[in-house]
Amino acid sequence: MTLTQNRITDLFAQKSERLLNVYFTAGFPHLDDTLTILRGLQAAGVDLVEIGMPYSDPVADGETIQKSNGKALDNGMSLKTLFVQLADCREEISVPILLMGYINPVLQFGVENFCKKCQEVGVDGVILPDLPLDLFLDEYAETFREYGILNVHLITPQTSESRIRLIDDESDGFIYMVSSASITGSTKGISESMQTYFERIQAMNLQNPRLIGFGINDHETFDTASQYANGAIVGSAFIRHLDENGTSPESIHEFVQTIRA
Amino acid sequence: MQTTLEPQTSFEVTDKGFYGHFGGAFIPEMLYPNVEELRQNYLKIIADPAFQAEFWQLLEDYVGRPTPLFLAKRLSEKIGATVYLKREDLCHTGAHKVNNTIGQILVAQRLGKKRIVAETGAGQHGVATATVCALMGLECIVYMGSIDMERQKPNVDRMRMLGATVVPATSGSQTLKDATNEAMRHWINNPVDTHYIIGSVVGPHPYPDMVARFQSVISQETRKQLFAKVGRENPDYVVACVGGGSNAAGMFYHYLNEPSVRLVAAEAAGQGVTSGYSAATTALGKPGVLHGSRTILMQTEDGQVTEPYSISAGLDYPGIGPLHAHLFESGRGDFYAITDDEALQAGFQLSKLEGIIPALESAHALAALEKMNLKPSDIVVVCLSGRGDKDLNTYSKHL
Repeated sequence: MTLTQNRITDLFAQKSERLLNVYFTAGFPHLDDTLTILRGLQAAGVDLVEIGMPYSDPVADGETIQKSNGKALDNGMSLKTLFVQLADCREEISVPILLMGYINPVLQFGVENFCKKCQEVGVDGVILPDLPLDLFLDEYAETFREYGILNVHLITPQTSESRIRLIDDESDGFIYMVSSASITGSTKGISESMQTYFERIQAMNLQNPRLIGFGINDHETFDTASQYANGAIVGSAFIRHLDENGTSPESIHEFVQTIRA
Repeated sequence: MQTTLEPQTSFEVTDKGFYGHFGGAFIPEMLYPNVEELRQNYLKIIADPAFQAEFWQLLEDYVGRPTPLFLAKRLSEKIGATVYLKREDLCHTGAHKVNNTIGQILVAQRLGKKRIVAETGAGQHGVATATVCALMGLECIVYMGSIDMERQKPNVDRMRMLGATVVPATSGSQTLKDATNEAMRHWINNPVDTHYIIGSVVGPHPYPDMVARFQSVISQETRKQLFAKVGRENPDYVVACVGGGSNAAGMFYHYLNEPSVRLVAAEAAGQGVTSGYSAATTALGKPGVLHGSRTILMQTEDGQVTEPYSISAGLDYPGIGPLHAHLFESGRGDFYAITDDEALQAGFQLSKLEGIIPALESAHALAALEKMNLKPSDIVVVCLSGRGDKDLNTYSKHL
């Protein structure tokens, strides 16, 4: 696939180690927290931000993110509201932004309309776990490319080598390495078998950078993941932090420091 | 008895799992290897003569097939047409669900799986799954919404007695939709040694096709039985209730390409289609993606899945199988919305006229008869998908 140049590709061109991508759910803990959290994360020096589009049935997510999705929906969050909140964010936010969520709300919004809005407000990429690669390529890849929106694909320990090669060929931006056979929010740490998988992928010399996510929740797991990839993604741990400590810049800074140490 | 179990030409699922606009496999990458393994192997496994022999032997000796096709004379008189009942209520475990779980457990064994996970709403599919797991000695984990566990305690006890672990789904609305989410999460967490037995013609391809094939025995037998009784294989109408739609898929399967046979689906209107308490998916839903397939589902304007309601737990699902979405969109099927009250009345009527207490799900199909403008010359087959013992509590409140 032709590499579309945007903030994500620019970032990886400049920096290739220990990148930190932090996920939060739009509309959690409060409906209007989106910009506050974005500012806090940028000030704390994270490299990428993943904003969750809440969904009623998030099958790939564990309890923490499920609950934040439910709370966000109760608070009234929707894609329409999120795009309104993000309308002027690029006046102050320069960190690359990805939207993460499930395909059904995007389908109801309209895929083309969604890509157009992403471009307008300055979203750089999306992660849609239940939109599989072949369906994306058949039906939506052209629209995404037209609006310069990257679609980040996942690989897991069970993904075959040939499929990883295919995903690598069809990816731009980065590849999202799911750390283990699990949903989000695992707190089991990084096992030896996970490290064997990380080494196996590292040895494949893929064209795309890789970020490791799922189960990255502290300095130790971030550090280990960063040894095998270009960085890592933290989600549930940050949601728990927001829930317990609020959204102040100091609190967010402290969380990011703990991960990076 | 040998089977055709062959796909029907014009309503055949495509290689990518589509029926018209509906179907496909909208699954996260974590599930791709499992679903792909199944997709690549299910047709080969089903076609294998050893599989066929074991499947049919179990349907005959364990499930009790063929189930009778019964001429309901007093009901026919009341309705004003000739009404036959396909007696799936006489299957072991009390409903058609076991046709599918027998088929899938044999597939799981041939894929080398050691553990079975399933979702259940009212508990019928959970019981049918726990039953075949006991029969084959496989570990069985059933997810059930915690609200449903309270509502359907006898089925929880049956599953436990059969050796299954019943896990309450405490997320979301704590009903069937959430039990399905939890079962999928369990499968994500245990990708190698576990097979997920989906209970209806829903889920990612190849599930809708696989489940429809296993349930197709319903219409396969009906054709033969009807021919023996009236000298023709094709009735004028076949009628079945649709939640996800597995008994309807089985009842319709061998009639899909027989245009002279109208396919009639009864959906649950709950307290009324516009009451806000309904599960009439085709009346209230829009195209979208749910549990791995593109189908018609009840959802908000923003694409959040809404919570359905029906007096019948087996029809309390916000989507329908992609085959049914295609039958609806193409006009091949007639869809009726049946309220709780209409279903209850149809249940009481069948009990008094024929001495058969139907499941509340099946009572929706019976209630559709009243709305179909039938002629005296019409021959109708209703799929009596399950027996009503499990619903006595509900019936008794309206006696």
